[in-house]
Amino acid sequence: MCGIVGLFFKRGAATPALGPLLAGMLSQMAERGPDSTGFALYGDPAPAGTFRVTLHAPDDQYDWQAFEAELGSVFPLAEPARHYCSHAVFSLGAGQQEFFDWFTHHHPELGIFGFGERIEVFKDVGLPDAVARRFDLGHRSGTHALGHTRMATESAVTTEHSHPFSTGLDLCLVHNGSLSNHNRLRQSLRREGIRFTTDNDTEVAAGYLTWRLGQGMSLPRALEAALADLDGFYTFAVGTRDGFAILRDPIACKPAVLAETGDWVAMATEYRAIATLPGAAGAEIWEPRPATVYSWQRQ
Amino acid sequence: MIEVDLAHSSVRALNERLHQLIPQTNELHWRVLNPNGAHAVAVGITQPVQVEIRGHVGYYCAGMNKAATVVVDGHAGTGLAENIMSGLVRVRGNASQSVAASGCGGLVVIEGDASARCGISMKGVDIVVGGSVGHMTGFMGQAGRLVVCGDAGHDLGDSLYEAEIFVAGAVASLGADCIEKEMTQNDVEQIAALLDRAEIAADAIRFRHYGSARRLYNFHIDHSAEY
Repeated sequence: MCGIVGLFFKRGAATPALGPLLAGMLSQMAERGPDSTGFALYGDPAPAGTFRVTLHAPDDQYDWQAFEAELGSVFPLAEPARHYCSHAVFSLGAGQQEFFDWFTHHHPELGIFGFGERIEVFKDVGLPDAVARRFDLGHRSGTHALGHTRMATESAVTTEHSHPFSTGLDLCLVHNGSLSNHNRLRQSLRREGIRFTTDNDTEVAAGYLTWRLGQGMSLPRALEAALADLDGFYTFAVGTRDGFAILRDPIACKPAVLAETGDWVAMATEYRAIATLPGAAGAEIWEPRPATVYSWQRQ
Repeated sequence: MIEVDLAHSSVRALNERLHQLIPQTNELHWRVLNPNGAHAVAVGITQPVQVEIRGHVGYYCAGMNKAATVVVDGHAGTGLAENIMSGLVRVRGNASQSVAASGCGGLVVIEGDASARCGISMKGVDIVVGGSVGHMTGFMGQAGRLVVCGDAGHDLGDSLYEAEIFVAGAVASLGADCIEKEMTQNDVEQIAALLDRAEIAADAIRFRHYGSARRLYNFHIDHSAEY
């Protein structure tokens, strides 16, 4: 099963409407994925020359203040850190590789869930309403967001195995389905320098897109290439710094509905998630075609 | 007119009321408000009442419909009018996968597009789609007529039995054992009558006729060694 949702405002600055609307969409998808819930938010950009990183600790008691003090002694921090239970967001005025090298060496107990100019990623086991409350989704703003409720079929039910998966700068992916060639593909992508932290199939799809974008492909072209290289069932929703895309496999077994108004584009596994949005009743509603890339770029 | 607002009432309560209708009922006209993508709205009606649903519905709307007229003024999710027995189900917007799956009778009208597997395993239902249909449309259709005013996706009529398919636009590809057949004067008249009942404006002359080559489901003496 699994439920996926996406909401993309076509223009304008980050809006405080985004968080509550995404929480409402996720709530409707609870029955489709009661194992875990996750979301990626694209907010206002980090200050120039810096990047944001979302870190994950093994428990809620983790001493983020001590970590922040240590981090601040090594790298300049561009914004005050924000803590949400087991997750925290930092803005760093450092080179990414420099940070990754330091982080991997000094804090193997922590995980990186997302990094980039705008992306923040939160995920945990549990139902969507509870996870949204944990990470204060109702008070979060942004320009676009993706969410996922997971019914695990392929790998363990843990926070790390939850969606979205972010493997590259500001890129993230949510997935309904299962891939059958992910082990082989993971091996070859590792040789290309893509990092993976789990044995999850969806992380491989995210890594694949990161690799293709790194080759200079646009997101739509990378997704077209994915049609040839990914084997399995999938409906994907993909977020980038300023973009949003949907792709279904050629058989299109996994459901999807798209809705578009002058202001926003929304995608969901079922329409009832879209019904919660303002203007949904008057939106153009259709089912995305199989093996067809749909993409939008912010103006 | 009986109004049921699903913002304040459950689908189960609505369906129970519809199931309790008797043949002599005078509760003939129903309007359902705020479906908001709910599943299984107006399923299992057995009396000739009219149900108008204002908004988009989720999965399996008007499933197993018998005698009733159900009109969705919006988009319909997967499995609209599944196993319909008789009556009319109309969608004013688009419909998702598996429209009228295994439908035995009646008429289903999609004014917009229907996506994949429209009419899968149809057993006598008539389906009229004003727009286009997705891949695997008419898969294993056994009886009934499927009329598509727009285009059809890949593998149209795959493993077809005796359902008949008529498409006015382009067909991406035909499925196994589906072939184009002669369009007779009788076919044109049948389509014109169906379009008229469906209240869809299209010229019956423009349609092409597809059906089963009957090579797949009949025993063939050349294959006897395989059994």
